[in-house]
Amino acid sequence: MARAAKRGKQWYGEGLPYLKTGSLPGHLIVIEGTDGVGRSTQIELLRPWLELEGFAVSNTGWTRSPLLADTINEAKAGHELTVVTFSLLYAADFADRLEHQIIPALRAGFIVIADRYMYTAFARNMVMGADPVWTRHLFGCALMPDLVLYLEIDIDALLPRVVQGKGMDYWESGMHLALGNDIFESFQRYQRRLIEEYNVLAREFDFVSVDARRSIDAIQGDLRERVAAYLAGARRPPAPPHAVPTPNHRVRHRG
Amino acid sequence: MSTVRGRPSVLAEPHPYPGRLITVEGIDGSGKSTQLLLLDRWLTARGFPVRFTEWNSSRLVRRAMKRGKRKDLLTPTTFSLLHAVDFADRLTYQIVPPLKAGMIVLADRYVYTAFSRDVARGVHPAWVRAVYSFAPRPDLALYFRVPIEVSLDRLLGGRAKLKYHEAGMDLALAADPAQSFRLFQSRVLDIYDRLAGEFDLRVIDATGDIPSQQKVVRRMVQEVLRGYTRPPTVGRGNGARG
Repeated sequence: MARAAKRGKQWYGEGLPYLKTGSLPGHLIVIEGTDGVGRSTQIELLRPWLELEGFAVSNTGWTRSPLLADTINEAKAGHELTVVTFSLLYAADFADRLEHQIIPALRAGFIVIADRYMYTAFARNMVMGADPVWTRHLFGCALMPDLVLYLEIDIDALLPRVVQGKGMDYWESGMHLALGNDIFESFQRYQRRLIEEYNVLAREFDFVSVDARRSIDAIQGDLRERVAAYLAGARRPPAPPHAVPTPNHRVRHRG
Repeated sequence: MSTVRGRPSVLAEPHPYPGRLITVEGIDGSGKSTQLLLLDRWLTARGFPVRFTEWNSSRLVRRAMKRGKRKDLLTPTTFSLLHAVDFADRLTYQIVPPLKAGMIVLADRYVYTAFSRDVARGVHPAWVRAVYSFAPRPDLALYFRVPIEVSLDRLLGGRAKLKYHEAGMDLALAADPAQSFRLFQSRVLDIYDRLAGEFDLRVIDATGDIPSQQKVVRRMVQEVLRGYTRPPTVGRGNGARG
C-alpha cells in the first residue's frame, strides 16, 4: 500500500456495502506490536503532540467497544471460548468501533489512532492454529489504514520489560494453549511465536517498523518523525488514478 | 498487498460424524418451529436420542444482543457477527458433541438464516458465507416456504405486535411495522428461494395444514435415517442416573 498521498480509503475485503461513508478526509493510523511493548504509553504521548500541531485526534482500542467490551471480559474470565468464538467476538468488537467511532471520526477529518488493528487477530490466530484464510475473511469489512506503525521488539528485550512492569497475564502468556505449566516459559514461547507472526505481517502489509528496544523518548521521537512524514505526504496533491493500485474494493463516495 | 482469497467451505461436503443434523428454515410465521417440535416428539417417542438447538439462544452474547437491540446500537455487520458468535458457541457445545456421539440434532434455523436475513440487511453475501464457513453441512435442511401475507396473518393472530428486528424496522423501510415486515421479509423470501438451489434446501409448501406438512417432513427424515445406527443407550439400570 502506498504510504504517501492517496485519493481515497480502501476496504480490506468486501467492506460495508450498505454504508454510505461519504468522503473520509481523516487519517487512520494504527499502532501494532505485541503485548507489553509499550503501545499505550506511546499513544498517550502522540496525542498531545498532534493536538499541538493542530490535528484533532480520536483514539480507539482493541476490545474497547461499548457493545462488547463486557462480554469479552466476562467470557475471558469464564474460559469458555474457542478460537472461533474468540475471533468472532473480536471481529464484532472491531466492526462496532469501525462503524461508530472510526468512520465517523475519519469523516469529520480527525486523525484516528488505533491501538491494535486486524493484524493482532491475524497474528494471534496463526499462533493458535485457526484457519488464516477464515480469519482474514472475518475482517473483510475493515478499512485499510493509512499508516501502520509497528513497535518491533525481540523476546529477550520484551521479557524484562513485562516482568518489571505490570507482570505476566494469563492470556498474554498463552496459558490457554497449555504450552507449559510455568507462566514464564509459556509467555516466552507464546510471545516468541507471536512476534514471528507480527514480523511476517510487517513485510506483507508494509508496516513502518520502529525499534522498540530503546527508551520511551527515543521511540516517541521516531514515531513522530514517521507520522510527520506521512502527514506531509498526505497533503501533497493526489496521485493520478492509474498510479493507485486497486486490488480491493474502493470506498464509495455517495450521499 | 494481500487480498482475501476464496476457499470452499465445509458446508459444501457431508459431515464426518455418525449423528444426523436436521435443520429448519423459513421466514417468521412460516410454521417451521411447530413442525420441528412435532418431529422432535415423533423421534423421541421412537426412542431416538435427540438434541434440540435454537438460533440466537446462547448465554454468551445474550447481554450484548439485548443491549444492542435496546439501544439500537446494532449495525448489519455487528448484528451478523453477534449471531455468528452465538452459532459458533452452540456449535461447540450443543451441535458437534452430540453429532460425534451419534445423536440426532434438530436445529431451529441454521446458517441459511444468516445468509438470507443478514444479506437482506445489506452485508455482502460472500462475506457472510465466509464467516460461517466452519459450519458442518446438515443431512437434511428443510425450507418452509410461505407467502408474506400468510405469515403476517399467523404472527398477528398469535401475538399483538411484530418484533422490531423481525419486521426489519432497523432498516427504516416503512414507518408501519406491518408494511416494514412485508418489505423486509419479501427480500428475505427472495434470497431463501435462491439459497434453496445453491444449498440443496428441501422446500416444503408451508401453506398446507399442519398434519400434512408433518407427514412430508417425517418421510424425508426417514430417508435421512437410512443407515443410521443408534448409539448405546444410557438407561436407568446401569447407574448412569442417581
